[in-house]
Amino acid sequence: MDMKATKKKLGMKERYRVLTRDLGWEPGYQSKEAIFPYVRYEGIKVHDWDKWEDPFRLTMDAYWKYQAEKERKFYAIIDAHAQNNGHLNLTDARYLSALKIFLQAISPGEYAAHKGFARIGREFPGVGTQVACQMQAIDEIRHAQTQIHAMSNYNRYYDGFHAFADARDRIWYTSVARSFFDDAMSAGPFEFMIAIGFSFEYVLTNLLFVPFMSGAAYNGDMATVTFGFSAQSDEARHMTLGLECIKFMLEQDPDNLPIVQGWIDKWFWRGFRVLGLVSTMMDYMLPKRVMSWREAWEIYGVENGGALFRDLARYGIRPPKGWDDAEQAIDHMSHQFMLGLYQWSFGTAFHSWIPSDDDMAWLSAKYPDTFDRHYRPRWAHIKKLKAAGTPFKNYGLARLCQCCQLPCVFTEPGDPTLTCHRETVYKGEKYQFCSDGCKDIFEHEPEKYIQAWLPMPALFSELGGDVAAWMDWVNLRDGADNGDYDGSRDQKHFDEWRGLATSNL
Amino acid sequence: MAVTSLKEYIGVARDRVENYGGKQIVYLSWDHHLLFAAPLMLCLPPATPFGEVLRGPLAALLQADPDASALDWSKVEWLKDNRPFAPDFSRSLADNGIGHKDQLRFRTPGLNSLQAVA
Repeated sequence: MDMKATKKKLGMKERYRVLTRDLGWEPGYQSKEAIFPYVRYEGIKVHDWDKWEDPFRLTMDAYWKYQAEKERKFYAIIDAHAQNNGHLNLTDARYLSALKIFLQAISPGEYAAHKGFARIGREFPGVGTQVACQMQAIDEIRHAQTQIHAMSNYNRYYDGFHAFADARDRIWYTSVARSFFDDAMSAGPFEFMIAIGFSFEYVLTNLLFVPFMSGAAYNGDMATVTFGFSAQSDEARHMTLGLECIKFMLEQDPDNLPIVQGWIDKWFWRGFRVLGLVSTMMDYMLPKRVMSWREAWEIYGVENGGALFRDLARYGIRPPKGWDDAEQAIDHMSHQFMLGLYQWSFGTAFHSWIPSDDDMAWLSAKYPDTFDRHYRPRWAHIKKLKAAGTPFKNYGLARLCQCCQLPCVFTEPGDPTLTCHRETVYKGEKYQFCSDGCKDIFEHEPEKYIQAWLPMPALFSELGGDVAAWMDWVNLRDGADNGDYDGSRDQKHFDEWRGLATSNL
Repeated sequence: MAVTSLKEYIGVARDRVENYGGKQIVYLSWDHHLLFAAPLMLCLPPATPFGEVLRGPLAALLQADPDASALDWSKVEWLKDNRPFAPDFSRSLADNGIGHKDQLRFRTPGLNSLQAVA
């Protein structure tokens, strides 16, 4: 008798069909409009959701297998790092300032991205899209968790790590990253995809992750390098999803082009502002530097970004509106930020410091047109104030931008000697901005941005300007977490412990 | 449309003057003096005489700048809303028309120790 052999395993293509596209169905007793109420109000027209391509064709069963394998490797290295006193292998404890900023501002952003992708996975009607968003949602929460785990070992030895969740919610500089994600999450599903999937993951992420992970490797931080590797293979998938979404929108209907272009303009500028803080890490905070912010921008901004927008030109997309202003700011922003961080360091849960003579020589070589002319005289004066026993603390709290929420440290395009002042009046209220880019974003959707909770004004409206009460509220331990690295507990401990490991005293 | 939304949506401004217990926010900025990384924020009663702001809280904040001791308030050029402005030092913020969250700028041509000005 003939036995018909049953095929035991599905082929890749079939499995993808069964485990992805086959999960969808046509609703019978509810309308599609009622089930997916959020896909039309942004104005994006979609005629055929099946045109959504998923180049990775990853199915959930394979996804779990890959991720579990990565988790095993990750935790093996994290354990080894803890057991081998990895916290002493750093070039210097100054490096940790970059890590503290990352933990307080960026890791919570991963968690926010998780929430956002979980939501839009429900809001998009196409099955391919839903599955891709679901995987990214799980990736993002995994990234937040692995980052927190990787950095938790440092919390046993150093200040500034103990209250990252309070810092995330309450301290002033984290509101920059938080407002970025809140803005994206309170937008519709398509705008969210452009904000996070395209602008952040595709256009700007290399400026964050590549220098950050190289910085960790250069400075002996194996824990951070490990979470970087563990996240990297996910990032490739995220970038593809972002790019796929933008091409899908543009191919579905010509009316989508101006809407998409507006979002690209907006989210490039918002991302550029958030990631601008990375410039301080690259130019100032890494004891052993990888490359300058200017050099990173040349590679990841000008070359990679330029190629991307040349590719998208066939859809009618042009480079983001703020691109030229961004280019002009590159040689200035790290210095403008770091001078700010130093003078407000009484209110930061990380340390900053005056660059050494060697550091300044490096900065001068990397920024020959700007550092000596504009920024060295300020550092020199700040150094003099410190030597005289009157270190510079600027208790005049900063004007924050109503849109990006950064202190307005930026100068006029074309005039680095003058602060950029932009303001507008909406419904009788005055609003201040750091730049044309941020003012344009506000004016497009003022009802959104008037609700911004700006931490500096809130210190007066909610705490009557009491800085000590504010420190309690944000869980900042005065004299430990904040201030100049020079003379800090982190410095003292690192030097002592490292001394024990390398000498007999 | 003032926001992209499913239906009409009205936001609530978070930093209206009512939230400041009778005070208001004023931003001050010394042009070409970037030792102060951003415009300075003060929270003051609207009845504060303008001259008192300069002699009191502002003078204290500006001390770190090497030009502070040479500052002659009678020669300073003022801007409000980025336009020339002539404040009366003896009158209050309110009487001078300085509202909540207004940005005041002042200029001191020739006094630029830390910043070469083109």
